[in-house]
Amino acid sequence: MRRYVRLFLVQTRVSVMTSMQYRSDFIVEGLMSLYWIAWNLLPLTILYADRKAVAGWDFGSALVVIGWFMVLRAIADGIITTSLVETVERIRSGAFDYVLLKPADAQFLVSTARLSPWRIVDLLGGIGVVIYAFIELGRAPSIGDVAAGLALLAAGAAAMYSLWLMAAAASFWVVRMDNLTFLLGAIFDTARWPVHVFRGAWRIVFTFILPLAVMTTFPAMAILHRLDLATALGCLGGCLVLLGVSRAIWQIAIRSYTSASS
Amino acid sequence: MSARTTIRAIPTLLRIGIAETIAYRAEFLIWMLTTTMPLVMLALWSSVAHDGPFRGYDSNRFVAYYLLALIVRNLTSSWVVWQINDEVRRGVLAMRLLRPVHPFVAYTATHISAVPLRGLIVLPVAVIMLVSSARGELITDPTRLALLAPSLAMAWAITFTLMLAIGSLAFFFDKSMAVMDVYFGVFAVFSGYLLPLSTMPGWLQHTAHYLPFRYVLSAPIELVLKPAPGVPTASTLELVGGQAVWVVVMFTLALTLWRAGVRRFEAVGA
Repeated sequence: MRRYVRLFLVQTRVSVMTSMQYRSDFIVEGLMSLYWIAWNLLPLTILYADRKAVAGWDFGSALVVIGWFMVLRAIADGIITTSLVETVERIRSGAFDYVLLKPADAQFLVSTARLSPWRIVDLLGGIGVVIYAFIELGRAPSIGDVAAGLALLAAGAAAMYSLWLMAAAASFWVVRMDNLTFLLGAIFDTARWPVHVFRGAWRIVFTFILPLAVMTTFPAMAILHRLDLATALGCLGGCLVLLGVSRAIWQIAIRSYTSASS
Repeated sequence: MSARTTIRAIPTLLRIGIAETIAYRAEFLIWMLTTTMPLVMLALWSSVAHDGPFRGYDSNRFVAYYLLALIVRNLTSSWVVWQINDEVRRGVLAMRLLRPVHPFVAYTATHISAVPLRGLIVLPVAVIMLVSSARGELITDPTRLALLAPSLAMAWAITFTLMLAIGSLAFFFDKSMAVMDVYFGVFAVFSGYLLPLSTMPGWLQHTAHYLPFRYVLSAPIELVLKPAPGVPTASTLELVGGQAVWVVVMFTLALTLWRAGVRRFEAVGA
C-alpha cells in the first residue's frame, strides 16, 4: 500500500512537471474554465428565467447539482479521461507491453498515467458555484451535510471511473475507439440536470443503467439535506459493486491482450 | 493530379469508405450513439414543457424539433478531425500526400460513403416518429420541403469543411483536439443543439445569425418546422442562401489552412 502511495506521488510529480513547461497554458485554461462555467449555467438560467421550480428543484438547488457536476467533470478531465485515453492508444499501438512488464498493478498504472493539473481551476470553479448556490438559497449547510455530500461525491467519482475503466477494457477487443471520449462526455453532460427533471424510462436509465443520478443528483441532495439514509447507503453500496465489477472486467480483458506490434 | 484521374478514383474511394465503415463497426456504433444525444435533450425539454409551454414550445413542438435535430446531426456530423489529427501525429499522412488524388477528395469520398449507412439506421425510426406524432408541427409548403435535401447537403458540407479546417490545425500545434472541445461548446450554444435558437436570449440569437453554426443544424430545421408563436418564419433565401455562403467561406478557409499546414508537415515517424 505504501508503495502505491509513493508511486502515485511520483506519477503526480511527473505530470505536474510536464505541465509546468507550458505555463502559459494556465492562463488559457483559466479563461477556458470561465467560459465553461458560463456555458454550464446558460441553459439553467434560460429555464429558470421562466419557471420558479422544475420537478421540485428551485434555481439554488439546481445550481448545487451543476456545481457538483463541474467538480466531477474536473476530476474526470484531470485524472480519468486523459489517463485512459492514453491507455486505449497504448493498447492499439502495442506499447501496453511496457505497462504489463512493470512490477505494479496494471490498472493502477494506467489509471494514474497522466494527470492534467490545470484542471484544478475547473474544480475550484465548481466549488465556487456550490458556494454561490447556498448564498442564493440564503442558508449554510451543516458540517454533517457537507461531509455526506462529499462522501457521495467521492462515490460518484468512483462510479464514473468504473464506467470509464470498462470502456477502456472494451478496447482490448475492438481496436479503434477514438471518439469514445466524445460519447462518454456527451452522456455525462446529462448529469448537469437533477435526475427528477426526466420522466419515466429516462429516469430509470439515468439512475440504474447509466448511474448519472448517483454522480451528481444524490450528492447534491445530500448536501441540501434532502437525501434519506437508505438511498445514501444504497448509493455507496452500488458504487462499491460497480468498482468491483469494473475491476473484474478489466482483468478478464487484460488476458485477451495480444500485443499489437511486438 | 488531373481532374480525370480524380474522377476515375472516386468510385474506388467510395467503396473503401464503405468497407472501412463496416470494418470499424465499434467506432461506427459509438459515433451513432453520440449523434443520438438530441433524444436526451428531447426527454429533458419535453418534460419541462409538460407543465405548460416553454417560450412557445409545447411538448409536441419539442418532439418535432429534436427529432429533426437528430436527423440533421445524424446525417451531417463527421469525425474527420480525429482522422486527420491521428494521421498527422503518426506521420502516415505522408502516404496520403504521395497519392495522385487531393487528400480532401479522398476524405470527402470516404466520409460521404458512411452517410447512407448511418441514415439506414436512424432515418426510418426518426421519420416514422416524426410523421406519426408531430406532423402538425411541420410546414406544408412544397418549395420548403423540396429544399430540405439541398439544405441537408450544405449542412453536411459546412460541417465537413469546418472539421477539415480544425483538423488542419494539427499541422500547427499538437493540441488541436482541445480546439474540438471548444468548437463543440460554441456549436452547442449557437447551432440550436442545446435549445431552439428562438428560446435563447435576444443577444445570443442575434450573434447566432453571424456565425456558421446556425447553418449547420438550425437552418434545415427552421426550413420545415413551424416557428413558435410570435416568431417570424425565416425566409428560404436567408436559410439556404446563408448556407451557400458559409460553404464557400469554410471551404476556402479549410483549403488555405491545409495548404499552409502541409508545407510545415515533417512526416514524423514515417
